[in-house]
Amino acid sequence: MTHLRLPLLALFSPGLFWLTGLSLLQAAEPIKIGEFASLTGKEAAFGQSSHKGTALAIEELNAAGGVLGRPLQLVFEDNQSKSGESATIVKKLISRDKVVALLGEVASSRSLEAAPLAQAAKIPMISPSSTNPKVTMVGDYIFRVCFIDPFQGTALAKFAVAHLKARRVAVLTSVSSAYSVGLSKYFHEQFLKDGGEIVADLKYSEGDKDFKAQLTAIRAAKPEAIFIPGYYTEVALIARQARDLGLDVPMFGGDGWEAPELMTIGGAAVNGCFYSTHYSSEAPVAAVQTFIKKFRAKYDNETPDAMAALGSDSAFVLVDAIKRAGSVEPAKIRDALAATKGFEGVTGRTDIDAHRNASKAAVIIEVKDGKFVFVESVAP
Amino acid sequence: MTEFLQQLINGLSLGAIYALLALGYTMVYGVLRFINFAHADVFMVGSFVGYYLGQHVPEATLWGGMLVLVAAMMTCALLGVIIERLAYRPLRGGPTLNVLITAIGVSLLLEYSGQIVFGATPRTFPQIFPERHFELGQLSITSNQLVVITVALLLIAGLQVIVFKTRMGMAMRAVSLNPRAAQLVGVNINTVISFTFALGSALAAAGGILYSMNYPSIDPLMGVMPGLKAFTAAILGGIGNIPGAALGGLILGGAETFVSGSQFSTYKDAIAFGILIVILLFRPAGLLGRFTVEKV
Repeated sequence: MTHLRLPLLALFSPGLFWLTGLSLLQAAEPIKIGEFASLTGKEAAFGQSSHKGTALAIEELNAAGGVLGRPLQLVFEDNQSKSGESATIVKKLISRDKVVALLGEVASSRSLEAAPLAQAAKIPMISPSSTNPKVTMVGDYIFRVCFIDPFQGTALAKFAVAHLKARRVAVLTSVSSAYSVGLSKYFHEQFLKDGGEIVADLKYSEGDKDFKAQLTAIRAAKPEAIFIPGYYTEVALIARQARDLGLDVPMFGGDGWEAPELMTIGGAAVNGCFYSTHYSSEAPVAAVQTFIKKFRAKYDNETPDAMAALGSDSAFVLVDAIKRAGSVEPAKIRDALAATKGFEGVTGRTDIDAHRNASKAAVIIEVKDGKFVFVESVAP
Repeated sequence: MTEFLQQLINGLSLGAIYALLALGYTMVYGVLRFINFAHADVFMVGSFVGYYLGQHVPEATLWGGMLVLVAAMMTCALLGVIIERLAYRPLRGGPTLNVLITAIGVSLLLEYSGQIVFGATPRTFPQIFPERHFELGQLSITSNQLVVITVALLLIAGLQVIVFKTRMGMAMRAVSLNPRAAQLVGVNINTVISFTFALGSALAAAGGILYSMNYPSIDPLMGVMPGLKAFTAAILGGIGNIPGAALGGLILGGAETFVSGSQFSTYKDAIAFGILIVILLFRPAGLLGRFTVEKV
């Protein structure tokens, strides 16, 4: 029933306003797009950023007349950064709100929770920034608009060797996050291939607050750098405790670090640390600078981070697919998404490959005196 | 060797916090024979009181820190009394199971109203006490760790004095032994129970502040894991026994630290709790617990 009703509406509604002569946007039934995000909780900074980007994109698209003559309506729900919640709210978005497509999540574990539901209901889902390769392997309805961890892990391993000149690296992985485990694995493979040595390999779990034990063991191994493929809440605490223990070596990680909280919680401890992410607000590209200007105007002069940029790109890629499909039928949107080629967005060009991933450049950022500073760009 | 000593310090400071929390569980159990599951959430509230007050006192001063600590303890003491008055007292005399379920209810109420009032996003706890780093050869200790261990020791000693040397303590022990007989000889059990809750909740608040000083990211669900561990520590030491709770906390903190620092760090909670099961297999009443003697 879900799948029948929407296409029917799509067929009839354009005809209706020609008859009644009402303004296009007023009478048209809005196209519902579902979004699930961690708007509160441990990774709230991710969800908030991503959501702001998506909401801005939808607003912009509506101002330009929507798509297929219909306005867009973003139906969003919060999963409180908790496991289990995403499944519940995605079920609600699909069955009650009858969304035509889903946008979400940042954290790979939570995207992996929602993906099987979207796949089973045959509703296309685009993850803006989940980098674990398993996410899109769930099925042919699952897409993403960002790079994946085999690329990010490799880029970070090369960065450690070339830029940090580190041969002896300690790794601290979160065992309860799919993102962390995956990124750690791909880093290991490339770093060992490049002749590096992993001198200590320790684990923690999401929500841990005490890392002194692991860091004491790492200190004893005398590494030249510490790789922490985790999320900012834990990374900030790890950095503080590492400095407390007198560990002064640089720390580096992936896009999970990117949030203002890294600095508010981490303070001086994260100074001189590096992470890789999807875009830099310093890039002298027209698309980036226009996006920043619009974002600042809407959100109280806040500078958008990579999650916001990808949140915006995910909405634009979806709407572009709806336009090319010429229909809001989920199966047709899926086919159009799979055929996305050369879409220019804020984070660069999106080409959806056979595995429904996008291959994009990564940038390395350094935390320097309380600011995020662009270091280098790594081509895919 | 350095690594071992460093881990010992880490374990002690973590264990001291578990011990402080475990005291609250054990004291209420000693007097009322039920587990106050809301205790860990009073710990959270204490930490949030510290968060809000900490912004109004000069940062990193001794008196400012003490002021925040005492104010948080008093607020939580009041909260403990209110919880007991509204949620537990009406059920007194009924089956213990009813109070136990109510305690879980109060715990969830505090956690989720905390998410509405404070928001679910982690906050950064202000630095209320001055912080220094000490280097002893290869060992590094922060003043926060020392404060945690010292405050925990002082509070445990203070508690022993209250329970064993004061009239109120004597009344507490009397109620613990036999509430009805205590009432017959003129002990006002309502006052005694309110006092027990006030004391336990104040300790939880102190634990909350000390915990947040060491791990300065706080959120409304922060009490869940430490609460579970402190509860286990109380059982491990022999529930109802004050030195037992302290010992249990230290053992659990130590076990967790040593496993986390080893190559088995993936299994840290599994191993720490596994040790517990083994200890309880051999000493079912806990390390210092005996089936009848010395309840609070």
